[in-house]
Amino acid sequence: MLEAILVMAGIALVLGGVLGWAAIRYRVEEDPLVEKIDAILPQTQCGQCGFPGCKPYAEAIAKGEADINQCPPGGEDGVRRLAELLGVEPKPLGEGLEPKPRAIAVIDENLCIGCTLCIQACPVDAIMGAAKQMHTIIADQCTGCELCLPPCPVDCIHMEVVKEDVASWKWRYPVHMMKRVA
Amino acid sequence: MTRRPRHFPGGIHPDQHKAESNATPIATMPLLPRYVVPLRQHIGTAARACVEVGERVLRGQPVGLAEGYVSTGAHAPTSGTVVAVEARAVPHPSGLFDTCVVIDADGEDRAVEFQPLAWRELDPSALRNRVRELGLAGLGGAVFPSYIKLNPAPQPIHTLIVNGAECEPWITCDDRLMRERAPEIVEGIAVMRHALGCATVLIGVEDNKPEAITALRAAVAAAGADFEVIALPTRYPSGGGKQITYLLTGVETPTGGRSTDVGIQVFNVGTAYALQRAVTRGEPLISRVVTVTGHVARPGNFETRIGTPINDLLAAAGGALAGASGEIVGGPLMGFALMDLAAPVTKAVNCVIVKNPSQFPPRPVDLPCIRCGACARACPAGLQPFEMYWYSRARDFGRAQGYDLFDCIECGACAYVCPSHIPLVDYFRHAKSEIWEREREKSNADQARQRHEFKTFRLEREKREKAEKFAKAAEQTKAAANAVETGADPEAERKKAILHAALERAKKAKETVTPKNTDNLPPAIQGEIAEIEARRRAAGLADTPEKTGNDTP
Repeated sequence: MLEAILVMAGIALVLGGVLGWAAIRYRVEEDPLVEKIDAILPQTQCGQCGFPGCKPYAEAIAKGEADINQCPPGGEDGVRRLAELLGVEPKPLGEGLEPKPRAIAVIDENLCIGCTLCIQACPVDAIMGAAKQMHTIIADQCTGCELCLPPCPVDCIHMEVVKEDVASWKWRYPVHMMKRVA
Repeated sequence: MTRRPRHFPGGIHPDQHKAESNATPIATMPLLPRYVVPLRQHIGTAARACVEVGERVLRGQPVGLAEGYVSTGAHAPTSGTVVAVEARAVPHPSGLFDTCVVIDADGEDRAVEFQPLAWRELDPSALRNRVRELGLAGLGGAVFPSYIKLNPAPQPIHTLIVNGAECEPWITCDDRLMRERAPEIVEGIAVMRHALGCATVLIGVEDNKPEAITALRAAVAAAGADFEVIALPTRYPSGGGKQITYLLTGVETPTGGRSTDVGIQVFNVGTAYALQRAVTRGEPLISRVVTVTGHVARPGNFETRIGTPINDLLAAAGGALAGASGEIVGGPLMGFALMDLAAPVTKAVNCVIVKNPSQFPPRPVDLPCIRCGACARACPAGLQPFEMYWYSRARDFGRAQGYDLFDCIECGACAYVCPSHIPLVDYFRHAKSEIWEREREKSNADQARQRHEFKTFRLEREKREKAEKFAKAAEQTKAAANAVETGADPEAERKKAILHAALERAKKAKETVTPKNTDNLPPAIQGEIAEIEARRRAAGLADTPEKTGNDTP
């Protein structure tokens, strides 16, 4: 009887020690929930949610300070996936937040004066240029956040909606045909 | 000894409709006044145009160069002038336009000098490079650049399967090709074997093409080759890459993999023929055999140059008959509706079917799924289409993928047998393209996140560096001021001494008055000056009378 108790107690002590050591040794520094939320957000860094970038918004959601329906580029689909992750009911996008078709910024190179203000505004370093040199957008890297539009002193940047081509075309959702009953 | 083909699961037996077009020999299309050559005719990156508007080109001259690894070139189908490089209608289910090189034929049909290759002596790697330049891509339907498939790395290939099954109804271009040009196909297969270095060659042909099987066997015997021609039971889709691999070898292709993962490479007979022409004649891929069938006056097969507008091809078959209700590019099960008849024939176009309402009635209204399981019994890939359908329909693509959506070969057997007429394949294609789109978005988002994080880090670093620099400068100024006050710094003291000495010197130099030009003069000139001054005073002109010390009377 005593032996059994001692053996069990010994096992419990050893396992407890291992668990305690592991908890310290393999401590997760950052909240994994923030990472998970951040992975769903579209990373446009546009600030339409009211936070300076996707990561701060993710942190705010994780803390319960922000709602999940504040991200227009993520769209309804993004809201749905956030709801699924957090175990809450999905809801429509917040007031005045409308998803727009994907667009990229284009600089009119004839008008650009080379002021570098847009370069400083771009959250993903997708603008190439130097002081008093013409600037240009790296189209592949542009997230379409529109943050470069307001600082431009000569209004030479505009957004162009990305057109569908043969390579990016998607098969449509099949059309349901309804049968006329009466 | 002949192998007995195995039996893959599922499959269907739709009406063959081969007799409409396989009775007449392959006809050659007459030279047309205009050709439209798309630059994206294959899977992968589109070719880059290498001609300009107004440039004269010869038949076989490259008009598009391969760009990137999965790509291949495009060539001029005849001699003439490039009149446009612009977006034109292409045979694509979307109906979208894509970049094409438009060539006005000059009617002379002059060719560049083709350079035949002595392939037996040629290194397989050099052979592959040549095949890439000549624009060869798989003519069975997937149009994968052939030079990549001819590379036995990274997996060595032990068996080459040549696919002459042509299992889809209505299509007969491979049938006619095998009947009429079997020796060339056999030589093309020999080139493939040389490039791949494989031991076994199996040629699979469905048993509804006995003439083709006879012709191929005769050609193989005549060439003295050890290729095995095997008759496959006629059952759709025996011509699918994974299905024919299983039929002939009994080896299953792993999920998400290709047949090369198990050491087997599959080529279409049309590709073998094109390869023979490319190698022995040095001719790029500028024509292919296309079946025109259905509701046309004279159905048949046509040797068609790549870039031939489809309406010209239909005209060659006598034109569509009255009551035609549209065109299909490809077969009735895997093909798609053609949106624009001006679209040209590409390397992928093997068949054009003109529909009529009796043979191709409009799709009936789809009814709810009754969970009968007919689709699962028909699926040649052993999938559960009804499960994938529910999730695709609910746009729950993750779960659809969980049912091995990407092993679906989109053969259409499930939709063919569905008693509720549900367009299952349309749902699967939609789900697949949505998943691809998401993957693309995810990789873009990851890149954006990385770039944003780096920018934030860079700004922080710059701020820190600047602050450090300021702090250092401030410290230096402070230190210097302290040194002056305490006089502790010997270096500062020395500098101060030097400065002081310099100031002293300057002061001294200032005190030593520089002599004027009126000083140190001989007495005669002194007297003269005094005399002049006296006269000036007498005249009342002197401005400084007190200087002389004499008063005017």
